[in-house]
Amino acid sequence: MKKVGVFVCHCGSNIAHSVDCAKVAETLKDFPNVAFSTDYKYMCSEPGQELIKKAIKEQGLDRVVVCSCSPRMHENTFRNCVAQAGLNPYMFEMANIREQCSWVHPDDMEKATEKAIDLAKMAVSKVCYDEPLEKSYSPVTKRALVVGGGIAGIQTAIDIANNGFVVDIVERTPSIGGKMSQIDKTFPTLDCSACILTPKMVEASSHPNINLITFAEVEKVEGYVGNFDVTIRKKARSVDMSKCTGCGTCWSKCPTKVPSEFELGMSMRKAIYTPFPQAIPNKPVIDREHCLKFTKGICGVCSKVCPAGAIDYTIEDELVTERYGAIVMATGYQLFDASVYGEYGYGRYPDVISGLQFERLINASGPTMGHLLRPSDGKEPKNVVFIKCVGSRDENKGKEYCSRTCCMYTAKQATLVRDKIKDSKVYVFYMDVRTPGKGYEEFYNRTTEKYEANYIRGRVSKITQEGDKLLVHGEDTLLGRPVKVEADMVVLATAMVSNPDAAHLAQLVGFSYDKDGFYTESHPKLAPVETHTAGVFLAGACQGPKDIPDTVAQAGAAAVKVTALLSKDKLETEPSVSVVDQKNCAGCGHCVNICPYRAISLETIQERVNGKTIERKVAHVNSSLCRGCGACTVTCRSSSISLKHFTNKQILAEVDALCLQ
Amino acid sequence: MTLNELQQQGAMATETLEKLSQVEARKCYQCGKCSAGCPVAEYMDIMPRQVMRLVQLGLTDEALKSKAIWLCATCDTCSTRCPRNVDIAHEMETLRILAKRKGIVGEKDIDKFHNVFLDMVKKFGRVYEVGLIVGRNVTTGKLFRDVNYGLPYLSKRKVHLLPEKVKAKDEINRIFAKAEEYALKELKEAENK
Ligand SMILES: Cc1cc2nc3c(=O)[nH]c(=O)nc-3n(C[C@H](O)[C@H](O)[C@H](O)COP(=O)(O)OP(=O)(O)OC[C@H]3O[C@@H](n4cnc5c(N)ncnc54)[C@H](O)[C@@H]3O)c2cc1C
Ligand code: SF4
Ligand code: SF4
Repeated sequence: MKKVGVFVCHCGSNIAHSVDCAKVAETLKDFPNVAFSTDYKYMCSEPGQELIKKAIKEQGLDRVVVCSCSPRMHENTFRNCVAQAGLNPYMFEMANIREQCSWVHPDDMEKATEKAIDLAKMAVSKVCYDEPLEKSYSPVTKRALVVGGGIAGIQTAIDIANNGFVVDIVERTPSIGGKMSQIDKTFPTLDCSACILTPKMVEASSHPNINLITFAEVEKVEGYVGNFDVTIRKKARSVDMSKCTGCGTCWSKCPTKVPSEFELGMSMRKAIYTPFPQAIPNKPVIDREHCLKFTKGICGVCSKVCPAGAIDYTIEDELVTERYGAIVMATGYQLFDASVYGEYGYGRYPDVISGLQFERLINASGPTMGHLLRPSDGKEPKNVVFIKCVGSRDENKGKEYCSRTCCMYTAKQATLVRDKIKDSKVYVFYMDVRTPGKGYEEFYNRTTEKYEANYIRGRVSKITQEGDKLLVHGEDTLLGRPVKVEADMVVLATAMVSNPDAAHLAQLVGFSYDKDGFYTESHPKLAPVETHTAGVFLAGACQGPKDIPDTVAQAGAAAVKVTALLSKDKLETEPSVSVVDQKNCAGCGHCVNICPYRAISLETIQERVNGKTIERKVAHVNSSLCRGCGACTVTCRSSSISLKHFTNKQILAEVDALCLQ
Repeated sequence: MTLNELQQQGAMATETLEKLSQVEARKCYQCGKCSAGCPVAEYMDIMPRQVMRLVQLGLTDEALKSKAIWLCATCDTCSTRCPRNVDIAHEMETLRILAKRKGIVGEKDIDKFHNVFLDMVKKFGRVYEVGLIVGRNVTTGKLFRDVNYGLPYLSKRKVHLLPEKVKAKDEINRIFAKAEEYALKELKEAENK
């Protein structure tokens, strides 16, 4: 005979207004195994908890049911409460008679009370089969991995490193820096992007706690929070980093020219190159797709001229595996391909360029040395048209969302044109001007007032070429009439979109992403840098379009979470995990495929059957990875896998309580 | 025509207007609060907001041609309420001055009424209602407009058949002369840059 105590809460009038709580308590007294039953106004309050503790001691209760609100609200409160009275915290059940009863049946006391009694009986039936469970603990590797070396990754790494933990940055390209290294000036203060970024890049590269792993990618992730085993592919640089001094002789002598990715195809780089002069590390890589040594087996000039003898054509990709306690995703974003809009002629008209190309054209170290010259004929443009929301806020050909940064960077670019070319005119086609940031609206006001940018409300319908001019056709929706603007150059504020491999990477690391490929935070308001996967955090534009101030703030937040995690000596794990009955398991592996946390694997066991030792495969659950979702238990055809605290026996007991009356 | 050409064409007028009114039309963010509060907006061909839009785009010639600037009653509600501190009423006034000078008056009858009104003040130092109505009806060619109000007003002595004059007529003349001289000078200056 079990000794169950039932405690029915009024929740002020939240429950009591439509459930007769005294009657519920009274009725439950006669239910099997119930040794004590009572009701009280606020069970979660100090006196309420005292009532429970007293009853446990005085009545010798061995398990407890509280009929009150949702477990999300107070399960922990009551678990702690019964634990303080000496019971195992898992010898406790909660019947939700508020959200699932009184709130949804406010007008029918009789029926609501009946339902509350049923819910209470179900909880009592389950608690009778509950078993004491113990939390387990796993160790923490005190090292963090940051994937992506843009401003988000750099800032996260610096913050983690300054807190005393070792952190590795894995960056895909030959240099850290990300998009911020391509941008000229930054809104809303117009400080030069390189001037504020380069010191951070240098800090990251010289920090004793930070290791830069550039020209590398994450290949495989295994393990779980506190202990991720990450395999990193270090792509073959063809340059021995330990010998190279970054003198630059090789790339000045290399005969092969390739359109520069960093300059967005607007100038050439060599086949052996660093992406930009301030690159970190400032050591080149060979682009094997174009290098003559690799394509035709000739040339080899770089190796001949290198004074340090650092060129090594035989270097191969290297795979290294490292263990990390936490991972921060900081892989940033890409820009929408504007050639989708045939009507804008991007890719067809050389003087229709993207916002990022504009940044390079106006940048002192860019392809035109900072003289704003149009690509077609190198002339200085006098009329510059900007078009916003290209690919943003377009459910038809683009993305439904707003890219958040383009309103501001377009205003910035408009002022830069007016600043550089005094007799220029700028026109900005927009649908809304969104400036939700400190000093942003003021910045926009200066753009229209001081810099006299002509803002025209309307989406451009098409751009046509007339001689060496572009004609931009739109509507001034404020006047309600079509307008045509003659332009020497058109700049498209293209949408910020997720990286093409964002989804693949998320699957590889094992966390979720949204329909647009941006990484999903655990809670949009209350857990903005966490993912649903413990130990994996987010920073920067990989989570959604954002500007530098927001990116840096998020990076700091992610670093704090990582530090908090790495500061622990061990991690508590919930005992409500799945276990396999290996005797029964047929090793079909369905559960392996269904588990969203990759907690299940097949392992080989040895058994003695009819006097012979045989080997067979059975499922095995890694309890540190299992999050207790239960997906495997319903998949298993032989019912060999069960979730502790939600066993078939426990759940069927609830069903019986409801049906066998 | 392209917007660039239209702006080029209107550049002179735009500059004169800016100089004369000192209103920063670029500040207007087209919220429409001015139109919404304007007591005569519903009779206008374009809204006060659109007058501001034309001006800020540099399509001043078009603003000059509008009827709206003549319907404006200079009640100043718009200017009082504008969140961007744009003095719309003053801009309207300035537009009327320029339109008149260019001989592109969009609402001739209203302009004629203004003329007769000022003539009366010039002559008598104050308004002479009967003269005003008769003068307006004669100049606009609508002879019998509002005559039915005549008798009741006269019999209740709300208006008088004969004009009243102020004593210091010469001072009135001096005010007019000064104002005209000053306004002309300002206008000339604005036009000559
Ligand atoms: C034209 C333009 C102008 C802008 N101007 C401004 C401005 O003036 N002010 C402002 O605040 N913001 C501006 N922004 C926004 C700014 O670019 C972003 O806020 C910022 O770059 C986001 O930083 P991030 O580190 O999250 O992403 P990114 O800068 O994209 O960096 C991501 C990094 O991760 C690397 N990476 C990607 N995938 C992988 C992978 N699988 N493995 C390893 N590494 C990977 C990339 O190579 C890159 O180095 C502008 C944006 C544009 C398009
Ligand atoms: S930030 Fe502005 S330009 Fe960019 S998508 Fe949003 S509304 Fe359009
Ligand atoms: S109220 Fe002011 S800001 Fe708004 S439309 Fe009128 S003039 Fe422009």
